[in-house]
Amino acid sequence: MAMFEGLAEKLQGALRKLRGKGKVTEADVTEALREVRMALLGADVSLKVVKQFVSSVKERAIGQDVLESLTPGQQVVKVVYDELVQLMGGSNAKLTVASKPPTVIMLVGLQGAGKTTTVAKLAAFLHKQGRRPLLTACDVYRPAAVKQLQVLGTQLDLPVFSMGTDISPVDIARAAVEHANRHGNDMVLLDTAGRLHINEELMTELEDIKKTVQPHEILLVVDAMTGQDAVNVAEAFHAQLGLDGVVLTKLDGDARGGAALSVKAVTGCPIKFVGMGEKTDALEPFHPERMASRILGMGDVLTLIEKAQATIDANMAREMEQKLRKADFNFEDFLMQMQQMRKLGPMDQLLGMLPGMGNMKALKDVQVDEKEMKHVEAIILSMTVEERRNPQLLKDSRKKRIARGSGTSVQQVNNLIKTFEQTRKMMKQFTEMRGAMMGKAKKGKGMFRLPFMR
Amino acid sequence: MAGFFSRLKEGLTRTRQNLVQKVEELITGRTRIDEELFEELEEILISADVGAETALELVERLRQQVKTQKIADPALVKGLLEAEIARMLGTEAVGVDLTKGPTVLLVVGVNGVGKTTTIGKLAQRWKDEGKKVLLAAGDTFRAAAIDQLEIWGQRVGVDVIRHQEGSDPSAVAFDAVQAAISRGVDVLIMDTAGRLHNKGHLMNELKKVTRVLDRALPGAPHEVLLVLDATTGQNAINQARIFGEVVGVTGIALTKLDGTAKGGVVLSIHGELNVPVKFIGVGERVEDLRDFDPQEFARALFGREE
Ligand SMILES: Nc1nc2c(ncn2[C@@H]2O[C@H](COP(=O)(O)OP(=O)(O)OP(=O)(O)O)[C@@H](O)[C@H]2O)c(=O)[nH]1
Ligand SMILES: [Mg+2]
Repeated sequence: MAMFEGLAEKLQGALRKLRGKGKVTEADVTEALREVRMALLGADVSLKVVKQFVSSVKERAIGQDVLESLTPGQQVVKVVYDELVQLMGGSNAKLTVASKPPTVIMLVGLQGAGKTTTVAKLAAFLHKQGRRPLLTACDVYRPAAVKQLQVLGTQLDLPVFSMGTDISPVDIARAAVEHANRHGNDMVLLDTAGRLHINEELMTELEDIKKTVQPHEILLVVDAMTGQDAVNVAEAFHAQLGLDGVVLTKLDGDARGGAALSVKAVTGCPIKFVGMGEKTDALEPFHPERMASRILGMGDVLTLIEKAQATIDANMAREMEQKLRKADFNFEDFLMQMQQMRKLGPMDQLLGMLPGMGNMKALKDVQVDEKEMKHVEAIILSMTVEERRNPQLLKDSRKKRIARGSGTSVQQVNNLIKTFEQTRKMMKQFTEMRGAMMGKAKKGKGMFRLPFMR
Repeated sequence: MAGFFSRLKEGLTRTRQNLVQKVEELITGRTRIDEELFEELEEILISADVGAETALELVERLRQQVKTQKIADPALVKGLLEAEIARMLGTEAVGVDLTKGPTVLLVVGVNGVGKTTTIGKLAQRWKDEGKKVLLAAGDTFRAAAIDQLEIWGQRVGVDVIRHQEGSDPSAVAFDAVQAAISRGVDVLIMDTAGRLHNKGHLMNELKKVTRVLDRALPGAPHEVLLVLDATTGQNAINQARIFGEVVGVTGIALTKLDGTAKGGVVLSIHGELNVPVKFIGVGERVEDLRDFDPQEFARALFGREE
């Protein structure tokens, strides 16, 4: 899809003819902003919001000396980006905590948005901060929803409050708060059933829960893949309940996530968390800058840089580079490097953050097989220290032993050795590329490929 | 489709942005066809998740038609557009062929779109038609997903082949096909765990399931139904493309059309991948499943019923 081409390049094209012209006319900007409009619509930002947004950017852009710059396209992107960041940013991104516990947090949203999983993630998050959350099963409608929360609670070793499916959610919520009071739970998380914003009966039920337990936080859970309807949904939930914040889920997908902007624009509520995976630890704080570059299709360069900086030890990296230059990179280094890369998080997520690689076509070619990666690790771990340092030692009998030790086949061991040589080169490329990215310069061309990438 | 439309209408009258009204306003009080009319039609399409590019294309084609056919009455324009959309979606409703021995239907899609619910609805429909139905609990990953399908099985009164949570879905697939053959069922519907299409390892797992199905019964799965949530925007195109590439989608079920979302993105999907929409979901109850009808869908995009 053409939409995935970087907005920056498109604007560059649209604005090229402007360069050298005396003054930017309104018509020029309108022309350029047409690309912005298409990019935002392609990212599923609601039309209503796009229109408002484009007209406010227009005002800002006309006054500016866009033409002074050598790269007017970049300049417009910058204006657009800044405006987006500002729109999505909210000072109050923290959860409200009650002065007198328990703090009651209610999660609401459409069917299938990810409420139950988010309740579990939030509970895990709060527990890590030393809180004692009580998960509460108020979804009495969807088959096995109560069971789902119970299973998640067991996995997390956290208490789940449930009363089956014959009691009204309002009564369950009330009883849960009483239960928390008696048992010293300082946080009550209410998992409510998914519902349509136009279902009066069920929306009234939420209102009743609100009146009964007076939650300190009502969070709307929104699927990052949501399209134009996001505004209708958010508006309705906000009007009826008065939301305090938003959780954006399934951001580990490849949706550009324009719903984030729509929802923020119509409710004014900050996005407090984002869901990044199905596991209970995959909850992260929201970063407006990252979301802005994602919506614009510019790749989440900032996140990657941050992650890489936080995880890869600088000294170790320097050492590695030296080794590479001397070409005495061995299996031990390989293993270490691989473990380093793993710390960065699931590979496919990581690759998606690179500019130009959020693009499906590129990603499709670079599927990372976590299982294969584990095999590689097992093989290396089955080598003796000597073998790791000196790969030439690996003759047939040793290979057989290694295969047995790692639960793989000799062929797999051979494959690894065969690709090892190539891998040295690839690793070198990765190091170079990382260097380039730290300098924020190059686009994500020159792909590197490791044996566990398909 | 009467039920669908009455529900849809209920929803529409409740929403602030009443599209019916908008369109009527657009048509009435307009004596000539002007640029504004085309622009507003384009906006309606975009707001229905048709996608900006497709909306632009459609309206451009409409402009040409109006010109070449020398149409002057603005009241005719919307009808033309609806007809064009219906034509794009294929003119006839396409079902699932259940006449050739055990038909194996694999249900796939991203998380939370309505796979399990759709399976419950399909099971009921086919059982009511006198077919022998068997379900397979292929979502061994999500907490309590197996129980969820089991409850649907009980509701409908059909058997469910299940393994333990955490077991290999391919093993479930194999067992289920064996059971389907030995019990002489007409249709086996297999649930799968929701997965994002950009997760390579999960997509490989799904591919393996189809391979195992084919090994257990050559030709299976005969149908791969991709469930799409009508609330989803342009990302649905990626979903359809990748699921299509990996497991060969043969049809789409578009769910949650009882909300205010219109699911207009299937237009682009159909245009690009030529996969027909076969069913639509219009609620959470077992009876809330309908055959897809392109014409009525096109009308609903503009919020109008017969
Ligand atoms: N309003 C409405 N809700 C629906 C429809 N179809 C499914 N749902 C609801 O959407 C939610 C998710 O449905 P599921 O069937 O569990 O979805 P799934 O795709 O199996 O979900 P996972 O297995 O978790 O990926 C449930 O609350 C369903 O009741 C529909 O057509 N309309
Ligand atoms: Mg399911």
